[in-house]
Amino acid sequence: MAGSEEKEKAVFDVDAASALVNELRCTFASGKTRSYEWRVTQLKNMLKMCDENEKEIAEALRQDLSKPELESVVYEIGMLKNSCRVALKEVKHWIVPEKAKTSLTTFPSSAEILSEPLGVVLIISAWNYPFLLSLDPLVGAIAAGNAVVLKPSEIAPASSSLLSKLLVKYLDSSAIRVIEGAVAETSALLEQKWEKIFYTGNGRVARIVMAAAAKHLTPVVLELGGKSPVVIDAGINLQVATRRIIAGKWGCNNGQACVSPDYIITTKDYAPELVDTLKNELERFYGKTPLESKDLSRIVNSNHFTRLTKLLDEDKVSGNIVHGGERDKESLKIAPTILLDVPQDSLIMNEEIFGPLLPIILVNKIEESFDLINSGTKPLAAYLFSNKKKLKEQFVMSVSAGGLVINDTTVHLAVDTLPFGGVGESGMGSYHGKFSFDAFSHKKAVLYRSFIGDAAIRYPPYTTEKVRLMKALIGGGIWNIIQALLGWGKA
Amino acid sequence: MIVENEKEIAKALYDDLSKPEFEAFISEISNAKSSCELALKELKHWMKPEKAKTSISTFPSSAEIVSEPLGVVLVISTWNFPFLLSVDPVIGAIAAGNAVVLKPSEISPATSSLLVNLFDKYLDKSAVRVVEGAVPETSALLEQKWDKILYTGSSRVGRIVMTAAAKHLTPVILELGGKCPAIVDSNVNLQVATRRIIAGKWQCNNGQACIGVDYVITTKDFAPKLIDALRKELEDCFGRNPMESKDISRIVSLNHFTRLERLLDEDNVSNKIVLGGQRDQNKLRMAPTILLDVPKDSQIMQDEIFGPLLPIITVENVKDSFDAINSKPKPLAAYLFTNDEKLKESFVQNVSAGGMLINDTILHVTVDTLPFGGVEESGMGSYHGKFSFDAFSHKKAVLYRSFNGDASIRYPPYTESKKKLMKALISDGIFGMLLALIGWSKD
Repeated sequence: MAGSEEKEKAVFDVDAASALVNELRCTFASGKTRSYEWRVTQLKNMLKMCDENEKEIAEALRQDLSKPELESVVYEIGMLKNSCRVALKEVKHWIVPEKAKTSLTTFPSSAEILSEPLGVVLIISAWNYPFLLSLDPLVGAIAAGNAVVLKPSEIAPASSSLLSKLLVKYLDSSAIRVIEGAVAETSALLEQKWEKIFYTGNGRVARIVMAAAAKHLTPVVLELGGKSPVVIDAGINLQVATRRIIAGKWGCNNGQACVSPDYIITTKDYAPELVDTLKNELERFYGKTPLESKDLSRIVNSNHFTRLTKLLDEDKVSGNIVHGGERDKESLKIAPTILLDVPQDSLIMNEEIFGPLLPIILVNKIEESFDLINSGTKPLAAYLFSNKKKLKEQFVMSVSAGGLVINDTTVHLAVDTLPFGGVGESGMGSYHGKFSFDAFSHKKAVLYRSFIGDAAIRYPPYTTEKVRLMKALIGGGIWNIIQALLGWGKA
Repeated sequence: MIVENEKEIAKALYDDLSKPEFEAFISEISNAKSSCELALKELKHWMKPEKAKTSISTFPSSAEIVSEPLGVVLVISTWNFPFLLSVDPVIGAIAAGNAVVLKPSEISPATSSLLVNLFDKYLDKSAVRVVEGAVPETSALLEQKWDKILYTGSSRVGRIVMTAAAKHLTPVILELGGKCPAIVDSNVNLQVATRRIIAGKWQCNNGQACIGVDYVITTKDFAPKLIDALRKELEDCFGRNPMESKDISRIVSLNHFTRLERLLDEDNVSNKIVLGGQRDQNKLRMAPTILLDVPKDSQIMQDEIFGPLLPIITVENVKDSFDAINSKPKPLAAYLFTNDEKLKESFVQNVSAGGMLINDTILHVTVDTLPFGGVEESGMGSYHGKFSFDAFSHKKAVLYRSFNGDASIRYPPYTESKKKLMKALISDGIFGMLLALIGWSKD
């Protein structure tokens, strides 16, 4: 019954979750979320919400992650606003049924594929881009006409709380709700029947989400991670390449991003030059004492800080640090750190780093890097810096990952005509742009026929004649039909 | 393989299901052939990367979506269209460049065995294999890590398959079933409508089909006419003694026969039979049977029937039928017979199912430009035509950039003006950025 822990808010348990879903299901059944006007209004309000609360959002991200204001404004808010704008512009086209060609076999007929909302969907977000990864999927779910429950990550509590407040203020809470909480609340939500679950996070929890979804035959999109490698060839503009790697690694929440370059592969010959250039550019960006730079996120919490220092301090690895390694437990800061030639069986090479440590693996010939990458599980992204056409082609052909970028890192996320998602361990399904709309829609096939042109040969009793004619009609096209009709068929 | 073994395939289907040769050809063999022919014709187009437009925010760049094979995939097939539902997904898997293991259903053993022989003889067994068996063999397969699983069958086993897949983060396609309704309005060509319902029920493996007409909804006023028309057309198709007609499949097994009998013999249901009801346990035959207005909560109106029993439910107004359908789990298909344009529109807008057909039954699965799959209880994912190729592919995003045009505003140290410019570039495109450069940005 009501105890001291429940002073401030009621416990969100399975019953509460069930009541929530029922309520949203009623809203959905009323048809409210299906209307074009409703969808447009929500999306416009989301834009307004971003515009009017930029400072508050940046502040929450600073509290949760010490995220630099530019990253917050450009990469979280900016990307989200773009997503809203694309949806606002395109949703009228997306909801138009797609005509499908029909053939002689069903003549006369016409066909189309209609996108319908799935119903009530659940979005479980992550802590590293707590704003973007909560609201970007939400844009898709709304554009597709669904009712939505959003569960932000408790590891980013300021953002979670702000999201809760803002969504109540700007969006239609009869159809869109935020549930804050941790494992207990998430489990209560996962026991319910949803029409889709969209999860961003890690492989371990993803398995739990998919198993829970299986009980209700709920389809899922799982946006996970992996070790995103960067292959660096010789003969490139090393300064630009290095900057782009730094931007994708330390410029992306200090390496705590699912598509951040995790490790580098380059040739033994090229490595020294690469390391020097990295050091120079790092100093140019973050100064001589990067622990004091305001342009770097901190490590999100002490759990992850400990995890990362363990990776760094492993015996077979700690001696391979060629740059950085400084850390400050109080302020949860770790400096940009580069390690050279760590062993394949080290901890740091066997889990997704998700932090400011960058191992460089050496090979004799650059082509060997592809096999090295393919010997691990498929990552969410893979990058290649090269000017050689053949190497690029080989890379695209033989390296499998969610997405690939040649000569840059992470920017493919900004291209909304590309599906963003993983494969194998890095996930299933995708979103962004129209892919978000599709992710939250059912593509219903519709065939229209008329009563005219009903062929008696379709029905029993089945005679040899009928069999011959049907075979001709279905298999052989018009010439065979004529032959069959004239009695010349193969049967 | 298909062309050279038509007779053997038809014979196996006859052994397993007493499937008439006509049906074997129309519903299984010819569909499998068309599927193959389409893949052969289109494969080079399907395999080509799809260009994607890029915008100013990544200028200069070019982008494409590359289809890659997933790897080693598992196809678990079923017993009612055992040839088609094995071969059709395998065609998609092969077209997309994967290695495949096929597990046909043990409930159709002649076809299962034939598939082993044919695949062995015609296909590359270093990459395509058939594993026969029942629950233990399937469980052993499901413990493995696959790059995709396509399962056709029941929702109960669908859950088991997805749960097993979850352990390995294996994506799945589940082609399940449901109670596919056919609404019959009064302003129709009754003869044609009735024939098409018969084609979609008793001509489809004697009702044992996932998209077969499960039950009919019509108005109280129209029901007698519909029943009379069905009676007449059924006699034209199957004769006065449908139990002896060669043009109708038998019930697949004693299990299913007993299951169907139980549906028929339930209290308050058995007295609603208006046609048929004959059965022969020895021969596993059951006659086309029509029931009128069985209780809503009867078993026959709860379970997917998957047999030759057709309940007709009556409503006051044909529009009331939509609520009746939507109160049940979403089926794999829903049908409507009407000439009323507004009713068609309302049906398509308000009834949810895997797929829908107006004024006919089952044929939508032969249209390869339409995705074939379910929603909610009737399944997830889809295939047929290019959708099969896509089902077994990973759509890999690829972005190409050059070293030119590297903007220092992207990099730290972050200043107020860099922030303004970046914001403008991402949100407002080149014009916004130019404004910002001249100092006219919003902040």
